[in-house]
Amino acid sequence: MATKAFQKIYTKISQITKATCSLKATGVGYDELATIDGKLAQVVKIAGDEVTLQVFEGTGGIPTNAEVVFLGKAPSLKVSDQLAGRFFDAYGNAIDGGPQIEGKEVEIGGPSVNPVRRKQPSELIATGIAGIDLNNTLVSGQKIPFFADPDQPFNQVMANVALRAETDKIILGAMGMTNDDYLYFKNVFSNAGALDRIISFINTTENPPVERLLIPDMALTAAEYFAVEKNEKVLVLLSDMTSYADALAIVSNRMDQIPSKDSMPGSLYSDLAKIYEKAVQFPSGGSITIIAVTTLSGGDITHAVPDNTGYITEGQLFLRRDSDIGKVIVDPFRSLSRLKQLVSGKKTRKDHPQVMNAAVRLYADAANAKTKMENGFDLTDYDERTLDFAKDYSNQLLAIDVNLNTTEMLDVTWGLFGKYFQPEEVNIKRELVEQYWPKENL
Amino acid sequence: MATTGKVKGVVQNLVTLTVDGPVAQNEICYITTGGDRLMAEVLKVVGSDVFVQVFESTRGLKVGAPAEFTGHMLEVTLGPGMLSKNYDGLQNDLDKMDGVFLKRGQYTYALDDDRKWEFKPLAKVGDKVKASDWLGAVEENSQPLKIMVPFQQKGVCTVKSIAKEGEYTIKDTIAVLTDEQGNDIEVNMIQRWPVKVAMTNYVDKPRPFKLLETGVRVIDTVNPIVEGGTGFIPGPFGTGKTVLQHAISKQAEADIVIIAACGERANEVVEIFTEFPELIDPHTGRKLMERTIIIANTSNMPVAAREASVYTAMTMAEYYRSMGLRVLLMADSTSRWAQALREMSNRMEELPGPDAFPMDISSIISNFYGRAGYVTLNNGEVGSVTFLGTVSPAGGNLKEPVTENTKKVARCFYALEQERADKKRYPAVNPIDSYSKYLEYPEFESYISKRINDQWLAKVNEIKTRLLRGKEIAEQINILGDDGVPVEYHVVFWKSELIDFVILQQDAFDDIDSVSSMERQEDIVNMVMDICHAEFEFETFLDVMNFFKRVINVCKQINYSEYKSDKYNEFMKQLEELVATKKVKS
Repeated sequence: MATKAFQKIYTKISQITKATCSLKATGVGYDELATIDGKLAQVVKIAGDEVTLQVFEGTGGIPTNAEVVFLGKAPSLKVSDQLAGRFFDAYGNAIDGGPQIEGKEVEIGGPSVNPVRRKQPSELIATGIAGIDLNNTLVSGQKIPFFADPDQPFNQVMANVALRAETDKIILGAMGMTNDDYLYFKNVFSNAGALDRIISFINTTENPPVERLLIPDMALTAAEYFAVEKNEKVLVLLSDMTSYADALAIVSNRMDQIPSKDSMPGSLYSDLAKIYEKAVQFPSGGSITIIAVTTLSGGDITHAVPDNTGYITEGQLFLRRDSDIGKVIVDPFRSLSRLKQLVSGKKTRKDHPQVMNAAVRLYADAANAKTKMENGFDLTDYDERTLDFAKDYSNQLLAIDVNLNTTEMLDVTWGLFGKYFQPEEVNIKRELVEQYWPKENL
Repeated sequence: MATTGKVKGVVQNLVTLTVDGPVAQNEICYITTGGDRLMAEVLKVVGSDVFVQVFESTRGLKVGAPAEFTGHMLEVTLGPGMLSKNYDGLQNDLDKMDGVFLKRGQYTYALDDDRKWEFKPLAKVGDKVKASDWLGAVEENSQPLKIMVPFQQKGVCTVKSIAKEGEYTIKDTIAVLTDEQGNDIEVNMIQRWPVKVAMTNYVDKPRPFKLLETGVRVIDTVNPIVEGGTGFIPGPFGTGKTVLQHAISKQAEADIVIIAACGERANEVVEIFTEFPELIDPHTGRKLMERTIIIANTSNMPVAAREASVYTAMTMAEYYRSMGLRVLLMADSTSRWAQALREMSNRMEELPGPDAFPMDISSIISNFYGRAGYVTLNNGEVGSVTFLGTVSPAGGNLKEPVTENTKKVARCFYALEQERADKKRYPAVNPIDSYSKYLEYPEFESYISKRINDQWLAKVNEIKTRLLRGKEIAEQINILGDDGVPVEYHVVFWKSELIDFVILQQDAFDDIDSVSSMERQEDIVNMVMDICHAEFEFETFLDVMNFFKRVINVCKQINYSEYKSDKYNEFMKQLEELVATKKVKS
């Protein structure tokens, strides 16, 4: 960032912590950017003439006589169609060797959409994965994270979903992503020939953690440009939001704030909501859908990050390795898409909601039967049948390698009902049973 | 001269001002920055330093920016024209705002100045009236609204003149009153009230007793809430809090429903905006939106306004209660409100209480719940504010400050349970942990024996006992195995499953099953209890299971059929025949 003429330069820093610097300065606006010896920083506290700056790349090497210049603006991104197909760092600078972007400069972290101007999401996003489309249907304008342990293949599933979904733009916001995973995304997208509709903002594990705090706002500012100005359907992928929250915790700790649960800042809920609530269906046709990743530690969803996330997002998707079939499945018990009822049975076949619930209920019965078996009790005939059903259901529908359309998924499920059960065992409305129960099993 | 001030410091939305005159705690001021006027509320005063919470983003705010104090606390404007409106937490009319995005510093008027109302006088010249007494009536969306003596009016006034029947705007003078000192007071249809002060314009607040029908069986039958009662719904995410709240707000037998979406998802509010104008109120046949007011302060809207939103909603509810109406107030979620308090307390560097919440969280919650109630007004009419709040406990753990403090004050407790939600047993209200204290009220007992019959409470208690017994047996079966307990145990267990599947579980997305009238609920209870009271004979536990699964299946079909339709009767007959196959003839 070049300094302009006549800008006041301060050279007396009074306090330095690992993430912040304080100095005496006047005429400074809250949230304003500054450079400290060329390093980017943002105003986080003003007390009289004492200003505290959060330094994104860390304060290492900053001397007390560093040159501080205030830039008179909040962090911003230049937006235009030139963004498409490009890779950027957390500040919105191109990192792919191409030219810098020209366009309108927009402050990131802008205002929220007036709730009465939103439209109810109603368009299904098909992914081909039955664990998602059948049980937890995604809808455009939705926000939903994968809750996954770090060793699970969430980035692969996310890349698959992104490529199969019919969207105009895919925006990847990578926070604390390993360089290998970043290259994986880059390869998958370019192999699919989709690179021209992808925009990436990258902060890898090699970059300073506090920089991550800019990534979601950068990605969503770009998304708002395409969704509002171009009426496009935009899918934003954010991986991984736990790294983002960790960066929040670092900053709040350095600012001596009292931590709440799990050492996270007390404002974690609002901080995360500000990001996720950017997911929206605009009346003019554009939409922003957010699929995020929240990594868990040992599957613990009561930790502050997944817990607050769960209250904000419209559901969550869980991956689990099913040892019975040796594949990773989308866990039907813990996964949930809150918006599914807006499309299931409406944009899909009418038997969708009941078939979905019945199958999950039977799968739950199988889980009970399994517990019984493990405890050494005799199994009933019904128990045996649910166990067989569960295995087929898991293999043919829940596994993440499935690629079917929703009607096929429903037909497969009815086929399994017919194979293992009697109509009265599945508790489905009679009309639907009459219409869809496989005739050979009646 | 109004007090003015200048900005001295900024940390997020906590701003320190130096002031040149007197300020009051909770007084409202406006800070001007870059052409925007930002509303703020006084939280703390230290000498000439005043700490205010700004209701908007403070981006770009500089030291020295001017502030102007208004001399009053955060107030709402009350009058005809609020029904079916969508407000933010500070009562700005969201529909009047320009553009797709919310602009900072944009405040819109809550009422409509130009709209004319058909006014009918109720008071006569010479009448002695006090604050909140009814002077006249207007009709809004077929709700009889009252125009009242200003709430702040002191002493007894005499009606000097009153407008004739006819059309007036809210700002037209509809009455002139003479107070005890002989001053004339012109009264129009507008009232103003500070949101954080409870309205106590009633003569008596008796114990509530009248069932508030919600159409949700697990509430109405098992743990009923009453008009003027309080309840709360805690539950981990994904257990159906919002679905349950929406079901109640759609179906409840109330005159006015106020929904405070406090720090929750915007799409949930959009669902109400989209659906309510289409849905029909089952009790009046009119559009649901006509009786509904939405206070939308979603999670991405400014935090301080989130705290204000529940108070704004409660004040509106009290306003309608003063007119003798039955108001249902729902707040989703009170935890977000508590978190907003926590964020501010943290910024003010107060010593934290449990889980970093402010120390006075308990009294804040209990004062708020205390504002609900069933009241007798000055003229002997009654009105009520029923309050239902949801709580979002961190990690689903009910041993956290917001849940614990709410439990002390709310009389109904609907515990949503992860395990039931996982099994898709919706609504996932745990029937054993949940309670309604109103079941123990003698006032309620005598009311419900007249409304339904004097056997009712005994049946409700039996349902609860059977559910508990069923749970105990399920645990025994888990330990000992199916063969390890007598066949009779399986019968008891499956009878409790029958209650669970047919009475407790209800399909919120099915047009028919989603709402059960009290009459129908009575029939369902009788149907299920008759089976529970019957004696059956079975060879093995497998027979028990198979038989009850078939019974449950038929009962479910009954629940899905239109009440007393041919299909309904056909399934009833089928059930009778099925039950007869295993019933021991006496």
